[in-house]
Amino acid sequence: MQDSGINVFFMGKNFLRLLEGLGVTLRISLIAVLLSLPLGILFGMFMTWKNPLAKAISRFYLEFIRIMPQLVLLFIAYFGVTRALGWNLSADVSAVIVFTLWGTAEMGDLVRGALISIPKHQYDSAAALGMNKAQTFGYVVVPQTLRRLIPLTINLTTRMIKTTSLVVLIGMTEVLKVGKQIIDANRFEYPTAALWVYGMIFLLYFLACWPISMLARKLEKRWR
Amino acid sequence: MQENVQLQVSGLKKQFGAETVLDGIDLSVHKGEVVVVLGPSGCGKSTLLRCMNGLETPTAGTIFLDGEEVTSGGKLITRLRQKIGMVFQSYDLFPHKNIMDNITLAPVKVQKRPKKEVEEQAERLLKRVGLWEKKKAYPRELSGGQKQRVAIVRALCMNPEVMLFDEITAALDPEMVREVLDVMLELAEQGMTMVIVTHEMQFARAIADRIIFLDHGHIIEDLDPESFFTNPNTQRARDFLQTFAYEKRRTNE
Repeated sequence: MQDSGINVFFMGKNFLRLLEGLGVTLRISLIAVLLSLPLGILFGMFMTWKNPLAKAISRFYLEFIRIMPQLVLLFIAYFGVTRALGWNLSADVSAVIVFTLWGTAEMGDLVRGALISIPKHQYDSAAALGMNKAQTFGYVVVPQTLRRLIPLTINLTTRMIKTTSLVVLIGMTEVLKVGKQIIDANRFEYPTAALWVYGMIFLLYFLACWPISMLARKLEKRWR
Repeated sequence: MQENVQLQVSGLKKQFGAETVLDGIDLSVHKGEVVVVLGPSGCGKSTLLRCMNGLETPTAGTIFLDGEEVTSGGKLITRLRQKIGMVFQSYDLFPHKNIMDNITLAPVKVQKRPKKEVEEQAERLLKRVGLWEKKKAYPRELSGGQKQRVAIVRALCMNPEVMLFDEITAALDPEMVREVLDVMLELAEQGMTMVIVTHEMQFARAIADRIIFLDHGHIIEDLDPESFFTNPNTQRARDFLQTFAYEKRRTNE
């Protein structure tokens, strides 16, 4: 077993570097998630407006973000904007912008869905009990909306964490990139390193996303 | 008699777009009176009830409760609604709150009454409708009939002066209808002022002090139940009652 690929983790700072790579991934996705939540809530409320112009704008934004592959958006933000406008966005900032735009669109759609899923007779029965608008929202509509929203939001978070692996392609050194470097550096000495490294990356992603998924499931059960 | 008028509806009109649903309704409901509103579907029964507690804004006309105008809108309406309990056809309990919290929410948060006092009242009322042991259950764990009984308790806990019932048994399985109607009968006996929309004719006859028959947005009958069910004034009401009577029509051979 002298060429067992597992050894690559113990050479130099390899394992630490992998963790740092994961840190980059998580940092970008968490910043994007934190920005997407409030923006998405606002966007979701905007999406429920009846005004035709508001409808057209929100429709266009949502469809545009959904149809465009995130990779293309990343390229536009990182390469396109620099060329066209002369702004020199760092890979970091471009990634956060793109994932926030994407997260806001998806989050907005979730918020819209949760808001319109509150039946009209919930508003009626709150009103019939003498509640004013603020009380109806605070005690009846928002708690129910949040219960529907939180599991969905958590699922969106895990999706965003996984999708950030795309930032490799605008030159960022996140966990996948570090893994590739380790494999390349040890290609001749440890030919089986690829399996180990990718296996480890799989495990790291799993460890990052699994608790979040479990939390979502738990909340979903409790608040069904 | 005039002093006893609790709910006064005058010249009430309601239009939805081009469609006129209520076309000049005049109706006085006296204290302790049980008024049952009957009529074919789409005649405006529910709309009339929804106007009475301000869920719909009338196109014209006024509604007064104890001399205060329901139809004036604004802040007054949320205060007046505390005096008018309403139970709907759809199960309208709040799904995220258990039974006890469903009942105490509005008395505590809207009427600002002490929680302990409200809970004691809720306990009395829940025991009366036989659902005390469900106080910690969530609405989804209850049957339709149980939910409607809780909805009645929730409305009663606000200590309303008038109760409005909008086809509250229409979505129930037949064997659950009885338990809900029994609660309403008991309320009527205790002297609650009630306006009831229902399709249960036997029940209407048993509970009503007065039957109002609506057709095309007009009141065309206003009678005591015996007269209404045995000898209504209009052909329209006779035809309506006829649809509830079944006769053996199959001819043998």
